[in-house]
Amino acid sequence: MHFLLLFSRQGRLRLQKWFTPTPEREKKKIIRDMTAMVLARKPKTCNFLHWMDLKVVYKRYASLFFCLAIDDQENELLALEILHRYVELLDKYFGNVCELDIIFNFEKAYFILDEFLIGGEVQETSKQTVARCIEASDMLQEVNVFNVLSTLACC
Amino acid sequence: MSDVVERTLTALPSLLSSDPSPGRPSSTSKLGTLIRGITELTSKHDEEKLIQRELVSIKEQVSSPNTTMMKELMVRAVYCEMLGYEASFSYIHAIKLAQQGTALDKRVGYLAVSLFLNESHELLLLLVNTVLKDLQSTNLIEVCMALTVVGQVFPKDMIPAILPMVEEKLNHPKEIIRRKAVLALYKFYLIAPNQVQHIHSKFRKALCDKDPGVMSASLHIYLEMKPESYKDLVVSFVTILKQVVGGKLPIDFNYHSVPAPWLQIQLLRILSLLGKNDRSTSEMMYEVLDESLRRAEMNHNITYAILFECVKTIYTIHPKAELLEKAAKCIGNFVLSPKINLKYLGLKALTYVVQQDANLALQHQMTIIECLDHADLIIKRETLELLFRITNGQNVKVIVEKLLEFLRHSKDDYRNISKGVYLPINECTYAPDNSWFIRTMNTVFLLVGDQMQPDIPNSFLRLLSEGFESAEEDQQLRLLAVDSYVSLLQEQPARLPQRFLQVISWVLGEYSSVKEGLEPATVLRLLAPLLDLRHCSSETKSWVLAAMTKLSAGPACLSVAQELAERHGGSLDTTLRQRLHELQHLASDGELLRRVLPCSDGLEPLEVDSTLSFLDGFVSEALAAGAAPYKPPHQRQEELAQEKALSVEPYGLSLPLSLSSSSIAGRLSPTVLSMSSGLSGNSTELSPKGGSALRLEGVTRVWGKEGYLAKAALKPEEAAKTEVPCPLSVLQEGGSAPRTPVVSLPAPAPGPSLQAEREKQQLASCLFMGLGSQGAAGPCLMGKAEPTRHGFRKKVKGQGSSSGARGPSGDSASSSPSPLSAQSAMDNLLCSSPLDSGSTPSPADSAPSPADSAPSPADSATSPADPDAEASSWLFSHWVLVVGVQVSRVRGGPEEEEEHVEGHSVAVYQYSLVPTRPSVHMELAGRASYQRPDGEPQSTPFSYGLSLPDFISRPLSVSTEEYGRLWLASSNDIKQNLALLSQEPDPLRATLHRLRDRLQLNVVDIIASEGIVACQLLQGPPCLMHCRLNAGCLAVWLRSSLPELPDCLLYHCQRALAQH
Repeated sequence: MHFLLLFSRQGRLRLQKWFTPTPEREKKKIIRDMTAMVLARKPKTCNFLHWMDLKVVYKRYASLFFCLAIDDQENELLALEILHRYVELLDKYFGNVCELDIIFNFEKAYFILDEFLIGGEVQETSKQTVARCIEASDMLQEVNVFNVLSTLACC
Repeated sequence: MSDVVERTLTALPSLLSSDPSPGRPSSTSKLGTLIRGITELTSKHDEEKLIQRELVSIKEQVSSPNTTMMKELMVRAVYCEMLGYEASFSYIHAIKLAQQGTALDKRVGYLAVSLFLNESHELLLLLVNTVLKDLQSTNLIEVCMALTVVGQVFPKDMIPAILPMVEEKLNHPKEIIRRKAVLALYKFYLIAPNQVQHIHSKFRKALCDKDPGVMSASLHIYLEMKPESYKDLVVSFVTILKQVVGGKLPIDFNYHSVPAPWLQIQLLRILSLLGKNDRSTSEMMYEVLDESLRRAEMNHNITYAILFECVKTIYTIHPKAELLEKAAKCIGNFVLSPKINLKYLGLKALTYVVQQDANLALQHQMTIIECLDHADLIIKRETLELLFRITNGQNVKVIVEKLLEFLRHSKDDYRNISKGVYLPINECTYAPDNSWFIRTMNTVFLLVGDQMQPDIPNSFLRLLSEGFESAEEDQQLRLLAVDSYVSLLQEQPARLPQRFLQVISWVLGEYSSVKEGLEPATVLRLLAPLLDLRHCSSETKSWVLAAMTKLSAGPACLSVAQELAERHGGSLDTTLRQRLHELQHLASDGELLRRVLPCSDGLEPLEVDSTLSFLDGFVSEALAAGAAPYKPPHQRQEELAQEKALSVEPYGLSLPLSLSSSSIAGRLSPTVLSMSSGLSGNSTELSPKGGSALRLEGVTRVWGKEGYLAKAALKPEEAAKTEVPCPLSVLQEGGSAPRTPVVSLPAPAPGPSLQAEREKQQLASCLFMGLGSQGAAGPCLMGKAEPTRHGFRKKVKGQGSSSGARGPSGDSASSSPSPLSAQSAMDNLLCSSPLDSGSTPSPADSAPSPADSAPSPADSATSPADPDAEASSWLFSHWVLVVGVQVSRVRGGPEEEEEHVEGHSVAVYQYSLVPTRPSVHMELAGRASYQRPDGEPQSTPFSYGLSLPDFISRPLSVSTEEYGRLWLASSNDIKQNLALLSQEPDPLRATLHRLRDRLQLNVVDIIASEGIVACQLLQGPPCLMHCRLNAGCLAVWLRSSLPELPDCLLYHCQRALAQH
């Protein structure tokens, strides 16, 4: 996997993750090309695109496009399912995920992604495990808040 | 489930303006305000202004101390960065946040770091300490976070610092930690395979982990490794796959009730790697593959993904008829599927498979024809790719026509796609006739234009110049090319792409004489306007002018040349001006032209002396004059890397982060050392067989940063060895396959739909001509195009002519033609240290860098009483001895010291050397002038390398208490991990004693796992070393009042311990 982009129907970027080191200029160009190419696709066409030497697999979920670049010899259908699994994970975390969730909690979306994919490889495919892991980290947050409050109270 | 998502998401836009739902509190925060602000804006310009304002405010707040909002600020900075606005000021704060914050801050900090920085970013170095600390944390989540960030971005040079700790985590009780550690190691393997050679065994262990998640994470590395190295694991992989397919894994790993599809696919891939060209291994996996095919019957994308992988594996490994049949059926299902994604994959599978089994394409020919006219360009493109693979001599015209059509229609969208690239090669192999070939190539050049990969015009030109078998055909081809190009230039040259113009110029320059009645001057006039074209690049102009130069014979040409020179003489492009000048000159001097550019009809292979032996004289002269010896690029980089290398020792938790405290140059970290020794190991392997090594006679020895460089400098030039690739196979003619009309045309029937059907079938019969069972030769031909011709022949030098690797310099002295050479044997007898004679690259007075570190000879010529000065003094006397024996008269020397030796006499001079500043290497250089009785005065430079141990006085006897006092008094320190002599019974003692023996250090005391060592420079300050056993290596801490001393000493310690 090379990169994952999430953008809206208007071409507004919601999330970008680069698994291979890419110069800033190149990133901008890719984002521009990707949004243009994917948004120009007509309905009932296949979910795969060629871009330079890469394959781009995209899928639309409501108003959001998920777009994943893979190597040519990788399995496109599997990439499609990776996107789907990611959406499922988001859905499990947010409970009926919608674009707003991702917009306003994009750092959470990144956290979930980091538990699911790491360095361009699938890390954990079990929905439960990922959810548990994220939950554990979130618990940390609450405990900390509690600690901060109690210390404040002591003062 | 996805439907649910979609439904929710569709309802969204209306939500955007309304109040956020209570479950999403962060939308009321500052980030929420920012996001909403951006959403409300309409123009890009406003957005930019808003974000810039935002960034300014973040910047202010972030740099003010005691900010509690760090996390929130960082999230906002990440958001701005995501939108494409640079927030580089926040990078350092992200690192700080990861370092100092609470666990939650850390999480955001790490996230920001992984999003902001890439592997090569220098700030990442600052993260190393934090990662180290978190890896040691007792909080599982902190460890997880650290491992996550390591698996994403980590500086390559710093891997050794954390490697032991990551490896330790492989034994962690929690499976999530083990899994992340495996992935982090995998990442290390990808970015720096040399440093983690030993982890393969760890991956094998992880493969047996009881947690399936850890096990599947360990599979990644096997896809990257050479399959030969893990052939023995095939049984394990087969067993695992069997279990997975059989549903033995916990239900957690199911995806849409398919058991662990990701794991399955990964295993299938590994199996295909293992079974490729290996019959016995393949036989082990037939059963499980069969089962996978059988089990994957559910109608879901993920099962198709598995099936696709299965099919690929079956066609990759040693074939088995029964499985192939099933796989073929599977492909059929894909191709015939109404789902467009599956159809695409079916075509992809066909493309993969068709090289082995062309019949399969025949079975699906009607579907392929349909796909060819598919509305979706991607499908169309994939179909063309497939067609391209089944091209043969008979169907080439039809297929190329289709390809060109695609190019014409899609060039706006897919210009950058390499489709057109396949074309010419395709045609060269199967071109039915010459005029068609030239015509098609013209179209390709026009269509693809400058998007074309540069090797295509090159291979085309080579084809033209080398030709086919018969000379007559070749001439015809050239004639046709010239004809068509002349007419193209006459029409409208302005719209021709650059590459095409270059091709045209070259062909006209070489072959316009083929066409009778075509005057060179006419061609020149045709080419001249190209120079006026505004879009014409400087490169193209050079091609044009080169062509003109070749043609410029006769007075008519001279006038054109002069005209051009007048018009373009004022051009700012110097290359252009030079070419013009050459043109003018050669046009006026026919004799010279024939000499410079001889007309050769026959194709004489160019002899290229890739060893550049004709430069040897020049090189040795330059070296003698003090030039630096050539170093191949990789060696230069290596040295550069060494200079940059930082201490990779884990910082103690109590110590403040101080990267700048120690000077770095000249010191080798253990990693770099091991890496460079690995490299030099290679180089010694290479150099003896390097028939093409640069000859560097006269260079006896070179001292560089890391010591003796002679071997490395003599490395053969690898670049010179690369063969000139021949991209095309020209000789293989298509059409050897028998004509087999595959589809029998149906009886003519009325009706337009039938008519269309019939057209399609006709097309099919055209496209698939030459395939079929007997026609299997078709795809074979294409699959095995072997390069047959080599335009360039290499002159390989004999083994003997290269000087190859050199032994110790004592040996090399004997081969060097210096007057002192006869004495080299005596050199060796007298001292084991090599004394160099002959042409050392740098005489003392012109030596650039050694000068400041070179010891300045002391004033007193009297013999120093100190026995330790021996090392430096005997060498001088010894040298004079050599000279005195060999040479009748000796005079001169370094400017400071000049000694005169009478002929046939023996004189002994002693000097003491005191280094003003220590350095890793020092060099003493001088020059001896002498005159033979009969000859000219001659002079010979000499040099002698000294190293730090020569100046270490032994012993510095101090008591432990004194040591402690000295320790506190010394200020300059460095810390490093050294290799331990671990095979000894008492490693610490053995290591310290080795240091004592080699470097004359004084071991003051050894207490349990710690030891203290001291030494003193001759007439210089002491250096103290504290050693402690730490995790299998020796953690040393050096201190001295001289800043350079610890560095140099450490270097020598490393070397002393590295030599076994």
